[in-house]
Amino acid sequence: MSEPLADVTGIKAPVYLKYRFTAGSAPARFLCRLKEGVLTGQRCPRCSNVYIPPRGSCPACGVPTEDEVVLSDKGTIQSFTIVSIPIPGNPIQPPYVVANIVPDGANISFIHLLSECVNEEVHIGQRVQALWKPAEEWGHAMDNIRYFRPLDEPDVPVERIGKLPVTGLEG
Amino acid sequence: MREIAVVAYSQSPCVADAGATNEVELIMPQLQAVYSQLGLASAQDVDFVCSGSCDYLQGAAFAFVAGVDALGAVPPIKESHVEMDAAWALYEAILKIRMGHADSALIYGFGKSSPGELPIVLSQRLDPYYLAPLWLDTVSLAALQARLLLDQDLVSERDMAAVVARSRRNAMDNPLAQLAGEFSIEELLAEEHFVAPLRRADCCPVSDGAAAMVIATVEQARAWGAPYARITGIDQRIENHNPCLRDLTDSVSTRQAAAAAGVHRGPVDVAEIYAPFSHQEILLTRALGLDDSTLVNPGGGVLAGNLMMASGLSRVGEVFRRIVDGKAGRGVAHATSGPCLQHNLVAVLEGA
Repeated sequence: MSEPLADVTGIKAPVYLKYRFTAGSAPARFLCRLKEGVLTGQRCPRCSNVYIPPRGSCPACGVPTEDEVVLSDKGTIQSFTIVSIPIPGNPIQPPYVVANIVPDGANISFIHLLSECVNEEVHIGQRVQALWKPAEEWGHAMDNIRYFRPLDEPDVPVERIGKLPVTGLEG
Repeated sequence: MREIAVVAYSQSPCVADAGATNEVELIMPQLQAVYSQLGLASAQDVDFVCSGSCDYLQGAAFAFVAGVDALGAVPPIKESHVEMDAAWALYEAILKIRMGHADSALIYGFGKSSPGELPIVLSQRLDPYYLAPLWLDTVSLAALQARLLLDQDLVSERDMAAVVARSRRNAMDNPLAQLAGEFSIEELLAEEHFVAPLRRADCCPVSDGAAAMVIATVEQARAWGAPYARITGIDQRIENHNPCLRDLTDSVSTRQAAAAAGVHRGPVDVAEIYAPFSHQEILLTRALGLDDSTLVNPGGGVLAGNLMMASGLSRVGEVFRRIVDGKAGRGVAHATSGPCLQHNLVAVLEGA
């Protein structure tokens, strides 16, 4: 009589699917300007909100956004977190600060790194500016900006965060 | 039971590659089209929204959430999604209206299949232990089904070529079709096999695009003043997930859905059948109990262009359009999902 077979409790079935991913028409325009070292958003024709990165529509109104707007590389911290736990595959050594930053002229934040700062002193409303990589290293990616660092400017009151013109707090 | 009607419908052209266009950019023009048919401003003007799509097609996680950016969901709307063809989003919306939770609904489906290898991507719908690890693609599975039909003399290769020839000819009058033209049966049979016994022309093309529809209670449809077609029956049935455990020469689930939807309660002027492979149109026509008095796939069907996750909804939309245009009084729409017609939905539409 043959030996009883051991129970099979799992199998490995790896999935490999190849895709030729495209970002979309509006994100592609954004990425092309980003390669030139320019942050751009798109304005909603109905509510006037400016989105970065633009996806081609105003999610609040459901209408296409065609009007392209050049934004500042200065911005305001809308929220932040101090990362203390290493993330597998991430080369950045903790502790470091990840922040939601609203660039001047836009109404929505994006996530980026904050550095050259005292982590414990980072706060909502703090003014920051992009530190760009050398131009010859620019590609179609947000890491053209190495990180943001604090600016010596007055804090933005909470109710005005995400509502500054492209010229900033004084503009 | 509350009477429900289709009141607006729009579909994009079927294109082999929509280029850089993302899901929002695919969906928005179709939403704007159905809004303008009814004089609506946005999704805020309907009670419920339901969509159908599958993130695997374009390989973008949560693409269905990104699609919601097309809606204008401020202030918040009631919204739902099925990881299926939007014909099943229509089904969910109908249930919602029947239960009295909504009087109107917007339904949309979209698919950008060009970034991946669709037949391979769809192999991952199979059960994850026995079939998916074999990478059993949809064309090979359909070829096995066609072989069964041929071996049992239920279908001939000539019958299949005749389906293709009619689809290509009908599609010549369909500006949204991807494949159209005048081909003789002999020309088609002279082509070499692709995955035997299927030739390339027996298989639907891979298409990018989107479709949208608005349904409502008949009272709401009348209030909007738009022409409408009543949905007088709808049913969906599913078979075993393992194709080895099914009779692939029949579609029992389609027969059951057709009976429950009441297909046989009146004449069927037009039938829009979701048959991605030529032999499946013959099989489904039989399962639906249709005869020569029914016009089948007058726009070419999905052999002329197949928007994965939207084609099922479009079948309903095409029947609606023919009824509203006065070309049909009563029609049947069919949608399918899964390998070898595993899951089927049948709807009956009638004039106002």
